[in-house]
Amino acid sequence: MRYVDEFRDPAAAKALLAQIAALAGPLAEARGRPLALMEVCGGHTHAIFKFGIENLLPPAIELVHGPGCPVCVLPMGRVDDCVALAETPGVILATFGDAMRVPGSRKSLQQAKAEGADVRMVYSPLDALALARAHPDREVVFFALGFETTMPSTALTVLQAEAEGIANFSLFCNHITIIPTMKAILDAPDLRIDGFLGPGHVSMVIGTAPYRFIAENYQKPLVVSGFEPVDVLQSIWMVLQQLAEGRAEIENQYARVVPEGGNDRALQAVDRVFELRPFFEWRGLGSIDHSGVRMRDEYARFDAERRFAVPDVRIADPESCQCGAVLTGAIKPWECGVFGKSCTPASPLGALMVSSEGACAAYFQYGDLEALKERGKAPA
Amino acid sequence: MCLGIPGRVVAITDAVRKLGTVDIAGIRREVNLACIVDDAHPIGDCVGDWVLVHVGFAMSRIDAREAEATLALLAELGEILEAQRAMSAATDTAPETGGDHALR
Amino acid sequence: MTPLDQTPAAPRRESLDVPTVTLAHGGGGAAMRALIDAVFLDAFRCPELKEMNDAATLALRDLAQHGDRLAFTTDSFVVDPLIFPGGDIGKLAVCGTINDLAVSGARPLYLSCAVILEEGFPIAALRRIVASMADAARAAGVAVITGDTKVVGRGACDKLFINTTGIGVIATGLDLRPARVRPGDVVLVNGLLGDHGATILNARGDLALTTPIESDCAALHGLIDALKPAAPGLRFLRDATRGGLATVLNEVAESAGVGIEVVESAIPIRDEVRGFCEILGLDPLYLANEGKLVAIVPEAEAGDALAALRGHPLGAGAAIIGRAVARRPGRVVMQTVLGGERIVDMLVGEQLPRIC
Repeated sequence: MRYVDEFRDPAAAKALLAQIAALAGPLAEARGRPLALMEVCGGHTHAIFKFGIENLLPPAIELVHGPGCPVCVLPMGRVDDCVALAETPGVILATFGDAMRVPGSRKSLQQAKAEGADVRMVYSPLDALALARAHPDREVVFFALGFETTMPSTALTVLQAEAEGIANFSLFCNHITIIPTMKAILDAPDLRIDGFLGPGHVSMVIGTAPYRFIAENYQKPLVVSGFEPVDVLQSIWMVLQQLAEGRAEIENQYARVVPEGGNDRALQAVDRVFELRPFFEWRGLGSIDHSGVRMRDEYARFDAERRFAVPDVRIADPESCQCGAVLTGAIKPWECGVFGKSCTPASPLGALMVSSEGACAAYFQYGDLEALKERGKAPA
Repeated sequence: MCLGIPGRVVAITDAVRKLGTVDIAGIRREVNLACIVDDAHPIGDCVGDWVLVHVGFAMSRIDAREAEATLALLAELGEILEAQRAMSAATDTAPETGGDHALR
Repeated sequence: MTPLDQTPAAPRRESLDVPTVTLAHGGGGAAMRALIDAVFLDAFRCPELKEMNDAATLALRDLAQHGDRLAFTTDSFVVDPLIFPGGDIGKLAVCGTINDLAVSGARPLYLSCAVILEEGFPIAALRRIVASMADAARAAGVAVITGDTKVVGRGACDKLFINTTGIGVIATGLDLRPARVRPGDVVLVNGLLGDHGATILNARGDLALTTPIESDCAALHGLIDALKPAAPGLRFLRDATRGGLATVLNEVAESAGVGIEVVESAIPIRDEVRGFCEILGLDPLYLANEGKLVAIVPEAEAGDALAALRGHPLGAGAAIIGRAVARRPGRVVMQTVLGGERIVDMLVGEQLPRIC
């Protein structure tokens, strides 16, 4: 596959790993501890596990898996709201596949479907709109979630619905923004991150400028990274080079896809339809100011929260849940008291075990804990 | 928010709604092209474009020159590594670094 | 008595002239008889079946010609949609059960066919599906010799469910079990993986993807017959149905108490299936197959086994994908295309497309 296979080339990976090993050793020694690099984005977490990258990196580098998994950070209360919408008579609830399994306080969308709710899995919001056209007698609600990457697709779909005068389509908006989240992580008192791999597809929408505060105010390097394993390795190398040279800059490894200035048309569509919420809750991280968007008043008729009654109850995570500490990199997944015991992919307590990019689910399924222990990266 | 995949625009199916057909490894899907269309690059010009597709939308045109530049840099790194290894093989018997679990 | 009195009474039959199945068709009376005659007997054309006895009978002596153990298996088929590129639920029901017998080492001989129909199911569709079953059975040299038909009210089942049960005979001395697998043994597959699973997912219609992918549904006993003489030390066979290759490998690793190591670049997957999985975020190792098996042979026989598979039409794409090892018993580990390693674990729940 073009533009994919070339970036999975084992020879390129070997070459990058050699460079990484050469740089990482002295840097870790100088600090007296391994370097800690955070990949923000769930897609990077998935690539790291899928290709077994963590075991290829030298022990001098630790990867901390950040909170960039929008499915993982959905608060239970919002899932309950979505289930309530799905169970409203006459509603077709259209959702992406990975949102179906997230548990609410009573059930997930998948369970609601098993109990008779009309929940349909779609690949694109355009398919949800097509459902609305095909079923004029039903109300179609699209479960809109994701970072800035998917905001344009949701916004453009709403604009299309408006252009066609479709009256039975709305969305339950759970879009979140990456910058306030990164700031919250950077402000965490026990933060030990030396550098970041920036989210590649968020950046293709917002460009690279929004990350400047990370370099300027926090003196941390950030490299916007693609999602193939060679992209990830090259980005790690670029972060190490910055650290070795005492630089803290925003660099773009994914230049073939990410324009420095982002995508105007995408941003314009988003701006027409959405506005920032004063605050939004993140599972495991609590409330973060200006971290979510809602629909503007002009588009209220497409806003499921205003069209339907939703319970809107804030549900706390179970006490044993330590997702928040894992999300900020404070603890490793296996250091959580319930990891692998009462919290498993089959019966997840917290968000990080539900989605396949959640750090805990990834370690549980792909992670080679025995090998990590051998390399001194996990307690014996 | 990541699962984007490169594909090639093979046809325009609806110029008004800005929809086209994209081919990804032999699979075809109708994709919204609004984000890659503007005055400088009208919809008719999109056929043949390589684009990054995410949830049914073409979000970016892939820059072939940037891709080539990245690959060229990596190829160069590979050559450096080969040269280094050839040198160490000639001077001592340093073992291969870890990660080689190839089945023989 | 006059010759006229010796003539047997003409059987009273209803003709099947309704377009859809009704509850009467499952009622045991004339309507049911009409359905069975017109659809099942007409398609299967089996003398034993025509007799409509309560049970089919087989002489043990005849069975014993083929070996010393009976293989006996059952499977129910509930696939949705019923008809898909490359096959339908009927073909699946015949090939699936034949394959379960064949991978146990048996020569497949006889099948039963039990259907549960939802009231309102179109008779034309039923004919097509049963014809498909008959074709598949005929091509495989297997006879459908007994059956059952039930009809339930609208909504009580999803259109059509089929159960096929099969018997076959295993040749004396042939012993295929996971426990026989030992470190050093080689793992082979007979061709491209994931076609069936991708076809079914796509055929459900929600994804709006156009693909040329078709189900690989096929009966594998001919292929297995070609493999056996080439690999007399054959340890184990299993068809990689629900849960895909990854599930079979994990089952073997656990039952045999060995580790299994596979090489990602050696696993044959069609480009379009790869693309399909990349678009949706699926892992092809977990997609179902209906014409693919995993074979484990002693190392010394691997070359001959591969050649034998490749020499058969259903094994043209056969490949060696890995081996059993002593390291990390019970685990399946894959060397990725990059050179790294990752665990291939059992699937949890259903694989769902993701956006991330």
